Amino acid sequence: MGYTDAQIKELEAKAKEVRRLIVQMLAKAGSGHPGGSLSATDLITALFFGVLRHNPKDPHWQDRDRFHMSKGHCCPLWYAVLAESGYFSKDKLMTLRQLGSILQGHPDRRTPGVDVASGSLGQGLSVALGMSLAAKIDQKPYRVYVLMGDGEIQEGNVWEAAMASSHYRCDNLTAILDYNRFQIDGKTCEIMELEPLAAKWQAFGWHTIEIDGHNMKEVLAAYDEARSVKAKPSIIIARTVKGKGVSFMENVCDFHGRTPTKEETEKALRELE
Amino acid sequence: MAEMLYQRDVYGKTLIELGKQHKDIVVLDADLSSSTRTGLFAKEFPGRFFNFGVAEQNMMATAAGLASCSKTVFASTFAVFATGRAWDQVRNSVSYSNFDIKIVATHAGITVGPDGATHQALEDIALMRVIPNIKIIVPCDGPQTRDAVIAAFENKGPFYVRLGRPKVPTIENKGEFKLGKAQVITEGDDVAIFACGIMVSEALVAVQSLLSKGIRARLINIHTIRPLDSEVILKAAKETRAMVVCEEHSVIGGLASSIDEVVAENYPTRVMRVGIRDRFGQSGEPAELLKEYNLTSSDIEKAVLAAIG
Repeated sequence: MGYTDAQIKELEAKAKEVRRLIVQMLAKAGSGHPGGSLSATDLITALFFGVLRHNPKDPHWQDRDRFHMSKGHCCPLWYAVLAESGYFSKDKLMTLRQLGSILQGHPDRRTPGVDVASGSLGQGLSVALGMSLAAKIDQKPYRVYVLMGDGEIQEGNVWEAAMASSHYRCDNLTAILDYNRFQIDGKTCEIMELEPLAAKWQAFGWHTIEIDGHNMKEVLAAYDEARSVKAKPSIIIARTVKGKGVSFMENVCDFHGRTPTKEETEKALRELE
Repeated sequence: MAEMLYQRDVYGKTLIELGKQHKDIVVLDADLSSSTRTGLFAKEFPGRFFNFGVAEQNMMATAAGLASCSKTVFASTFAVFATGRAWDQVRNSVSYSNFDIKIVATHAGITVGPDGATHQALEDIALMRVIPNIKIIVPCDGPQTRDAVIAAFENKGPFYVRLGRPKVPTIENKGEFKLGKAQVITEGDDVAIFACGIMVSEALVAVQSLLSKGIRARLINIHTIRPLDSEVILKAAKETRAMVVCEEHSVIGGLASSIDEVVAENYPTRVMRVGIRDRFGQSGEPAELLKEYNLTSSDIEKAVLAAIG
């Protein structure tokens, strides 16, 4: 599928708006995870506004494509794209992490558009596998997408799911790996090396696609390629920058789990104009 | 002589019965389908059975994905793995989302026998009981296993159904099975004996022996541990002189603890516990282990005599 320059530009503009929402809601909440939300923004914006077959007016439409965010701590990104899509009003974003809010600190089913809770890392690929198997049982054409963090794949459950997804030839399943090379305690290469990363997934029987996760054309082409692969699941290994789009957050480990101050928020929003 | 049945045989057959009627039932196992008897369903409905190999965590979280797509999922393995190895997946992916997932675990308790401590789940009820939403059934025999599996299917939401490894005697005249309603098996006002699983048959032997000594015991089969029948518990607390709770499980966190919590808050009563006293299991034949861990009918009798002294 080809995309016009106008479509690419529109998605890039949408990604910028999503980043603004992420910064605003995290500043308001006073706690949460900006770094990994911003690094995956282009990947998930492209998915929601260029790829996914869904209907925000009918969140439980049985034939919808499924999306699951396994790295649940980056839910500000999920909430932003859901609100942008029209699942709920954007005002709600400013209730993130508050008592009684539909937007919990880690995602759960009280949020329209969220099918399964996440937060305890390493389980989302299994959840996506279940959705993929359900499509096979029902012979439905929908596809399943799951976003994982790079630190997250240190969890053993991920590799159990990787083995099973390939065993059951889940070609309707696409994993997206936000490879920003940082985890809470530091660089992934220092805390727990992930390389050789593509080779690991290939060894588990997966089709791997390596891209620049901030290049909208490459991101869209990767989704197209994944859709065309038969008899095996695909993983898009996206090289990204943690905190992407806000200069003082980029590649700064501290912003994994710290929200911006008032001054930092103003500066960030100026950069995202 | 009472009929002897494997609870897991009944489970496998009941799955087929349900599978024929309901196309949305999916069954999962983790390399133990011949032991748990989910293999019977697999043979009948290969398109709705998935074996995950030795990967219980993946099985439980995958169950959540299937359930999110309107499937009713039965997930089986040994109790020690279902509740221990995959606890976080059960908590966060299964129960927190309140999915229609039935964890039916076999090989619970000390009567697993020769496999020894690593395979004897003595804390599984406790592990499941602390997680909100999950209903817990411990059927006492073969026929009640069918009742439990059907009740789990008919009531939406997560369930934990605890089954054993060996054949167990069928308990006669239990009355109708109702989820959350305990069954009074013998009437009596001297002492109340509460039991679940295989301990119901041990307790029944104790009741008969006590009767010969002039002690009339009220035997109550608490097959549903959540929701707990607090009404029958408080009635017994008020009408009898003491209570004894029998379970093939740790005395910490299981049926005895559940009953203690009810009486402590509402009607403080002496409760004696017949169960595993804060120990790991070990290898041995089931009958030898029941004796070693003081879970026999004579241990129940002793507890009753101590209680009403």
